[in-house]
Amino acid sequence: MTRVWSASRLTYLALGLSALLSIFPIYWMFVVASRTSDAMGQVPPPLTPGGNLGANIARLFDNTDAYFLTGLINSTIVAVTVTVSVVFFATLAGFAFAKLRFRGRNALLLVIVATMMVPTQLGVIPLYLLMTKLNWNDRLPAVIVPALVTGFGVFMMRQYAGQAVSTELIEAARMDGCNTARIYWNVVLPALRPAAAVLGLLTFMTTWNDFLWPYAVLNDPENPTVQLSLRALSDGYYQDMSQVFTGTAIATLPLLLVFVLFGRQIIGGIMEGAVKA
Amino acid sequence: MAVQLDARPPVAPAPRHSRPVRGARLSRFDTKYSPYLYIAPFFLLFGVFGAYPLAYTFWVSLHDWDLLGAEHPFIGLDNYSQLLADPDFWHSVVNTLGIFVISTVPQLLAALWLANLLNRQLRARTTWRMAVLVPNVTSTAAVAIVFAVLFGREFGMINWLLDHVGVSAIDWKANRFAAWVAISTMVDWRWTGYNALIFLAAMQAIPRDLYESASIDGAGRARQFWSITVPLLKPTIIFAVIISTIGGLQLFTEPRMFNSGTNAIRGGPLRESQTVTMYMFENAFAPHYNFGYGSAIAWLLFALIAVVAAINVLLLRRLGGGSRKEVSR
Repeated sequence: MTRVWSASRLTYLALGLSALLSIFPIYWMFVVASRTSDAMGQVPPPLTPGGNLGANIARLFDNTDAYFLTGLINSTIVAVTVTVSVVFFATLAGFAFAKLRFRGRNALLLVIVATMMVPTQLGVIPLYLLMTKLNWNDRLPAVIVPALVTGFGVFMMRQYAGQAVSTELIEAARMDGCNTARIYWNVVLPALRPAAAVLGLLTFMTTWNDFLWPYAVLNDPENPTVQLSLRALSDGYYQDMSQVFTGTAIATLPLLLVFVLFGRQIIGGIMEGAVKA
Repeated sequence: MAVQLDARPPVAPAPRHSRPVRGARLSRFDTKYSPYLYIAPFFLLFGVFGAYPLAYTFWVSLHDWDLLGAEHPFIGLDNYSQLLADPDFWHSVVNTLGIFVISTVPQLLAALWLANLLNRQLRARTTWRMAVLVPNVTSTAAVAIVFAVLFGREFGMINWLLDHVGVSAIDWKANRFAAWVAISTMVDWRWTGYNALIFLAAMQAIPRDLYESASIDGAGRARQFWSITVPLLKPTIIFAVIISTIGGLQLFTEPRMFNSGTNAIRGGPLRESQTVTMYMFENAFAPHYNFGYGSAIAWLLFALIAVVAAINVLLLRRLGGGSRKEVSR
């Protein structure tokens, strides 16, 4: 039996090639980011890092079209705020759906599952009109507030709370006079911590990456997210590719860092979610 | 709930004091209504910023509504009839469907194959999984810029490689089909590993004795894969196809960033790679700010997604229908 499941040399070769295809564009981004802009015209293309990264970074931050530093700061503010909020509201609602009894629970849960299937991206036009009314256009609340909750998060926390939080523990806490809020804080939240961390990581990465909605609503070039700074760089009339690539590398770096540190948990979260869905 | 309350240790033997009574009432209120408090934030925020805009899109689509006009008169379905006769709209529909088909089919097949490789006894298991997932965690806009350069006409690495096997330089942005291929490559690069992990998770849930008895019956590895693994993976495959349909038909960032400069939102001078979402943007925001027309595009895209998803599910159901009976669970 083990023979059937064992990995041959061919398996490793195929996996190695796949890994190479996966990693190469990212690697090459850093190669070009560390060279002078001559690198683009060279034949054969250069495949090793150069020594120009520092100078490229300096030019990038001096670029008066991209507002790259503002973009980085804005993206950090947006991603951190949204992550904290999504995790908080998702654990709260997930706990309620998994462990509390109330009228209409199943119907409301169904609504949440349905929201995951709805392409809300198609509502950008009224959302834009709404932001104009609230006077949030070109300002960060416009990208933060609509992202504060996700149906995916609530559903994920509900599935996890169902198995990770013991009902006996909740009953015992109630006997001791805990109200529901304290049960959430002292019993449920600690038990949910592993899944909440995965949700937080996924939310941070999605928010950092978000492009379409910021593109629609943040039209002031002086107040971009980092993805919009990249757009400004790449749309420039005079394209200095090593500078553009330095921008893409820096915009990708936080995501790679998170992935290297927590890759195991992220993979676990994706795979567990798949089995349950 | 009431039983629990009664089971509380009698803290105060004399119930004349008002505190325990109020406490009990508070606690009853707590168990009965606090759940609604906990789920309310989701429904409030989603209602205002998710559901309402989506529904309101339809209302806007029935009006002649642009940024500058002080009034926006009701015009019924005029936006829709204008749209159905708009060649640029249909052009973007064809682009979207073309990119969707040539990205999704190879992507799901490659993901199945990759999952099958990862489902073996591997050394450094997590490292391999991370290596195939890493494209999924990168910044979409950043990677689109990188791919646009890789697919450059004069200095792009793809053309340089193709030159070695005797293919002359392809102008990836100017040729419509070539642009589809380049954008599909981007999409597949990002999503193949992710889907592979989803399939892998489902594969690991298949009981191994099914394979044991199959190999005793003389079924080879390939036969086992197509007769056991794939049929049992069908729910997961359907799930992946639906998710790909919803995401793929709304494709925006990759084609938008694949193009740069003044024509970027048009997907090139001749709209070579303009998707429906890009066309919606071009009309609803800069330069036209025609909210009514843009909203009509959004709703037709919504309908398109629903139709394509339904067709995909029907097709997949039928495809797997015969082989399912071979494997009795």
